[in-house]
Amino acid sequence: MSKTPKIQRGALIPLRQPNVSRTTLSLTLGGLMVLSIVGLFFLDIKGANPWQAMIKALEDMGKMFFQPVIEHFDWQDIPLDLLITLSMAFLTTLIGAICALFLALLSARNIGNKYLSGPISSFVALIRAVPTVLWVLIFAVSAGLGSVAAVVGMSFHSAGYLVKAYTESFEELDDGVIEALKAGGAGWWSIVFQAVLPASMSYLISWTFLRFEINFVQAVALGAAAGAGGIGFNLQMAAGHYANIREVGTFTWIILVTAIIFELVATRLKEKTRLLL
Amino acid sequence: MAIDSLEKNTALSRANVYFRAHKIRSFIGLALVLALTIAASSIAGFDLIAGIESFPKAFGWMANNFVPNQDSLSNAPRIMQKLLETVFVAIVSTVIGAVIALALALLGARSTGGNAVISALIRTFASVLRNIPIVAWAIIFLFSFGASTFTGFLALALGSIGLLTRAFMESIDETSQSTVEALKASGASRVQIIFQAVLPSVLPQIVSWVLYMIETNIRDATLVGLLTNSGIGFAFSIYYKSMQYTSAGLTVLSIVIVIVLLELVSNKLRRLIL
Amino acid sequence: MALLEVNNLTKYYKEKLALNAASFNVRKGEFVSVIGRSGAGKSTLLRCINRMIDANDGSVQFADTDLYSLGKRAMRKTRRHVGMIFQHYNLVYRLTVLENVLHGRLGYKSDLDGILGRYTQQEKELAVEMIDKLDLTEQIYNRCDTLSGGQKQRVGIARALVQDPQLILCDEPIASLDPRSAKVIMDHLKKIASKMNIGILCNLHQVDVALKYSDRIIGMKQGEVVFDDVPEKLGKKTIHEIYGTTDGDLIDE
Repeated sequence: MSKTPKIQRGALIPLRQPNVSRTTLSLTLGGLMVLSIVGLFFLDIKGANPWQAMIKALEDMGKMFFQPVIEHFDWQDIPLDLLITLSMAFLTTLIGAICALFLALLSARNIGNKYLSGPISSFVALIRAVPTVLWVLIFAVSAGLGSVAAVVGMSFHSAGYLVKAYTESFEELDDGVIEALKAGGAGWWSIVFQAVLPASMSYLISWTFLRFEINFVQAVALGAAAGAGGIGFNLQMAAGHYANIREVGTFTWIILVTAIIFELVATRLKEKTRLLL
Repeated sequence: MAIDSLEKNTALSRANVYFRAHKIRSFIGLALVLALTIAASSIAGFDLIAGIESFPKAFGWMANNFVPNQDSLSNAPRIMQKLLETVFVAIVSTVIGAVIALALALLGARSTGGNAVISALIRTFASVLRNIPIVAWAIIFLFSFGASTFTGFLALALGSIGLLTRAFMESIDETSQSTVEALKASGASRVQIIFQAVLPSVLPQIVSWVLYMIETNIRDATLVGLLTNSGIGFAFSIYYKSMQYTSAGLTVLSIVIVIVLLELVSNKLRRLIL
Repeated sequence: MALLEVNNLTKYYKEKLALNAASFNVRKGEFVSVIGRSGAGKSTLLRCINRMIDANDGSVQFADTDLYSLGKRAMRKTRRHVGMIFQHYNLVYRLTVLENVLHGRLGYKSDLDGILGRYTQQEKELAVEMIDKLDLTEQIYNRCDTLSGGQKQRVGIARALVQDPQLILCDEPIASLDPRSAKVIMDHLKKIASKMNIGILCNLHQVDVALKYSDRIIGMKQGEVVFDDVPEKLGKKTIHEIYGTTDGDLIDE
């Protein structure tokens, strides 16, 4: 089938023949570079002197990281604020997980309905196309700016992300077990609760925890930009209202440390689930 | 015979103990989740009923305002311009971030870097960049660069470097460790190995990550735009605050269209490249 | 002087002794097999020879040079003359056969040429010739991930050959291959040794293959060389000693 190329001594020997993969790769890289250069024209510093600003930024970061301070907030309130943010993240993860579980069971090709699989992923893709902050603001029209709108708004992406994750986990299961139970006459619910869930539990937990980590960061962002309260709100206040970069530093540290703890636990979980394979 | 039934009984009782322990564990697990939920709800001030009740009203709002009308269409050109701004800023910050991340990853990866200290430093650096939310970076840079697109660009770029450095390092180690060994054994230099073996193996995955990062950054840029008064996030907040809800709805629609298109294009590209 | 002289090579991993004063020679054009259990030190031995891993004690003389006296740059130059093939082929799967084979020349090229992938006409023709010798001409522009295991290993051999080596180290080259491909590979290696006068040092875990192809066999047990002689002298008793087994334990009895 493949044409044996004629290679002659003394003639030019190409290293490869044109193929789709490499051409697409080069075109994509080229396209990205062109778009970036165009994008540079969209960046404007609104009149500020870039070098001065750069130096100030570095100074700021020095102050922020090495001289954190608390002036406008009560020390005792801060753990509570952090807990508020964590609670919002927890709630939205839980809601997302429950919704995702149902949708994933329906959409996984080996246990659900194969006709539902496509529509569900398209539906999920559409939901994920609306940035979380916009979901929150949409719901804030009816529920007001606060934790209700934040949790509900975040749950859309929570659920969307977990649907994809859970579906993949289910589809990766050894179909043999499902086949065996079906052959023995077990009903769908039994198969789900006695085989599918136990077998994929460690994956599900891992993915859910990963989403919890992401939701924490989202909750911080919403606290800062959409009035949801918590440590993110403190961060925004320290910057926008009190204009105190060192206070901003304190909150940044708190968020950074929390996020790193999350990351460490997540890595440990990921290793453990690989062993449980 | 008596011994057989004795063995059967002990096996049965052991099984019963196992199942009971299993049931107790599940029960405790569920009770724990329930307790945490109640605690979290009270701490955060979250009312589940209020949440459920907000749905019909929110859907009503969406139905009303997602249909473009004369008002919103008159704002369409402005929306388009802001949208382009956001998209391009996301692309530039991702690409520049990716270039820096690739350089760092090549230095820090086990197969191409070599120095364990540098590797650890790079990992820590990337971790700090990654774990500080983009929102926080934006807030920090507001102090020195003011509310401008450049601030958003910096925040997104740093966040991208944080995430991509680690992703690239893992890809590099995954795909090229064995080839690096082979070429090293034949006497090739480190630079040659990087260009002739590592990059050809890892480039598809890198492009895949970059495309994914651009998508993520467009979403994040919307939120950052709220704080830096730039881009499509800014457009949305203006219409939202001034209660021009149909225009706000149109803004959301335009974002959805762009992101969906982008996803389709990048999926197709990914499939062709890999 | 022999092509390769290994003297008292010793290597520790934490407290475990991976190589224990291993000594032997390889002559030009000689086909030497190394047999022994997994973990007996075969892989470590090969890598201590081309200094991919550095031994703790002992010396390696290759073409009248003490390899352990060389600095990094000199060692890199010397590696040009030592080819290596691997159990898992170690190719760049996205690239074509020709590109992978040409990688063997990188040791001879400047950094800049290596970065840009600029190979001379002679180098390309050499690569084509080696590809032809290994019956891969039809696949020359195919991506390596489309090849079978045996074909992949032949690419690896071609890559080693374009280095114009004096010695080729083989780390379990047929361990992942089916019997038919394995024979093809071993036949090529044997031809390389006898026709091209290149020394071959080959790790194997199939004793019968070693018996069939080698000019000499080296048996290793727990890092020590316990046998170093022609295949005819390898008796059942020695085989059992190397593998720590008794009659009837081994699959090829």
